[in-house]
Amino acid sequence: MSMRTTLLRSVVALVAAGGPALLPAAALAAPSGAPTPSPGAETVTRAGTSFLTSTTIAAGQPVQVRASAGDYLYWSFSAEAGQVHDVAATVTFPRDRSGASTWTLEVFDGLRRRQACTDGAQTPTVDKAAGSVSLGCTLREVRPWAEPWSGDPLPGTYFVRLSVVDVPEPDLGAPVDVELLVATDGEGGTPADDGELSTPLVPNTRPGAVLSDVQAAAPVDDEDDERGLGDLVTLPALGSRWIWTTAGGILAAVAGVVGFALTRRPRRG
Amino acid sequence: MAFALLGPAPAVADEPTPTEPAPSEPPRVELVLDVSGSMRARDIDGRSRISVAQQAFNEVVDALPEVTQLGIRVLGATYQGEDKKVGCRDTQQIVPVGPVDRGQAKAAVATLRPTGFTPVGLALREAAKDLGTGATTRRIVLITDGEDTCAPPDPCQVARELAAQGTRLVVDTLGLAPDEKVRRQLLCIAGATGGTYTAAQSTEELTGRIKQLVERAGETYTRTPTVVGGATACDGAPMLASGVYTDRETFSEHRWYRVAVRPGQELRASVSVALDRPVNRDYGVLLRAVAPDGRELVRGADAGSGRADVVSAGLRWSDDDDSEDDDDGDNSDDSSDGDASAAAQQPRMVCIVVSNSFAPRPGTGVTPGMPIELTVDVVAASPTPRGPDLGRGWMLLALLTVAGLLTGLLTGLLTRWWVATWREK
Repeated sequence: MSMRTTLLRSVVALVAAGGPALLPAAALAAPSGAPTPSPGAETVTRAGTSFLTSTTIAAGQPVQVRASAGDYLYWSFSAEAGQVHDVAATVTFPRDRSGASTWTLEVFDGLRRRQACTDGAQTPTVDKAAGSVSLGCTLREVRPWAEPWSGDPLPGTYFVRLSVVDVPEPDLGAPVDVELLVATDGEGGTPADDGELSTPLVPNTRPGAVLSDVQAAAPVDDEDDERGLGDLVTLPALGSRWIWTTAGGILAAVAGVVGFALTRRPRRG
Repeated sequence: MAFALLGPAPAVADEPTPTEPAPSEPPRVELVLDVSGSMRARDIDGRSRISVAQQAFNEVVDALPEVTQLGIRVLGATYQGEDKKVGCRDTQQIVPVGPVDRGQAKAAVATLRPTGFTPVGLALREAAKDLGTGATTRRIVLITDGEDTCAPPDPCQVARELAAQGTRLVVDTLGLAPDEKVRRQLLCIAGATGGTYTAAQSTEELTGRIKQLVERAGETYTRTPTVVGGATACDGAPMLASGVYTDRETFSEHRWYRVAVRPGQELRASVSVALDRPVNRDYGVLLRAVAPDGRELVRGADAGSGRADVVSAGLRWSDDDDSEDDDDGDNSDDSSDGDASAAAQQPRMVCIVVSNSFAPRPGTGVTPGMPIELTVDVVAASPTPRGPDLGRGWMLLALLTVAGLLTGLLTGLLTRWWVATWREK
């Protein structure tokens, strides 16, 4: 498939020498290796202990925190459509342990729905002698839109939970050093003509309020109607179907003229 | 690559910052220190446990954030006799919860001498009283080296009861002795309140951990859910606005809530059920959205096995039928259209049911139920995209180009043939 794509790409690039400026660079993005912290990112030295108290981190921002074996550590990061996230963690054991233990790295979306990992050691087991354990999870590509009934990954907040699922009881409470990094592949910003989530899946963390039936039935302010005009004025985004199809039409016209000219040439010569 | 890494930064800025209410009260933390006779043991870096704890307290008091209100309570500090009844009432607050006078706090800690019994349960109860009630989270840091010598009350049961009261309370525990019974007890207390357990074996570990816990208290204390009591059926269930709620649910119980969702809106709900007590190995949680007539709209579920703090599920639901009705309404005459839009503004009740498939182990207490955390959000719906009938991709460009080329060639050939025939004539 990549072979075919490359071939096609070079052919098309030759034919449409002027065209490629219009086309998205996303398709050309090279695959990356192991995640590395982005230069100049500040190291986070905290971790939350629940969904509600999770520590917010950004992709490329390294985390280093001292914790106890048995703690449930939570971080959250925000994701955009078109991105693929790669979470990598290392747990180091400064103290001797009494037996093997199994660690797990779980990722949940903004609605606390479990996310599948497409790659990476999500639940590795380490024997007694090992000095550290590495965990990893590569997530699916974030979709710009999905039906409410589906479990597809959507833009918004993602939670990472690092914990030990199986451990000899005497090892609980011992200090561990945790390092974590969330890396992003892909640029995000998928064109909106394949659907868009009106509000990203960012959890509402305000304390709630219990309403009476009358309050619940009361009319609401139509704040949302304001956006209508803005949407109309927006030009099609780079990489949208409009741009691709227009470029295709221009190419077809040029190719038509070229084809027509080819049949003339022998007569002139 | 660098661009890819920098990419998400604006997203973080764009993210609507959860508007935390202006903190009406400062973070409140109480350190509860065991000063029972066993604290004399010299087994941490060759120093006695109490001197290590005293040094750690001094450093914590020095590094305390200005806003944090810190109290210190001791247990087993004064009674030297043998009478268990008297010894088990031996707990005092030596620094009241409030703005800390550093000198005074340090002086109070310095005078402590290991003495009596270990009434952990009573000390926890008193500490909860010291911290008072309110809408934000309170935190207790319990530092002990011995198991409770005064049960009943069982400290773990006390912790569970305190956590089930209206005010959110988290107990973090620190064990100073590598003893199995102490560890079990402290793990139980921590698990019952959503706290942590640490086995500290050096001054540095103890100090670092207490500082971390005090800092964590200051950062997260305002993120506290509202207490709500779910009903046993949809009728009369509490009506929830957007926000975070907490409730208790015991084994095999169903808890019902209601949310008003207008046409063009989307309901988002998620729930976490905490495993705050020993349960059988496999467990699950089910969150359903149900119409008032009992029809299921959508469900979210998750299951797991082994150690876990919470098991969570979430769902999204929006009323897609109504948008089609609106389209139909446009074609009909004005009067019925007006009626339709008025009716469309009426919110629709959606019931949310939380249930669990946890199984208690023999001897596991059933009441109070397990803590559940429910988040409810009602946002604008995201309609199914009606994308333009257009294409995208390199294949499309290649196809159109080849088609154009062929058309050009064909037209050219036809023209030549036609011109040739015309000349012949």
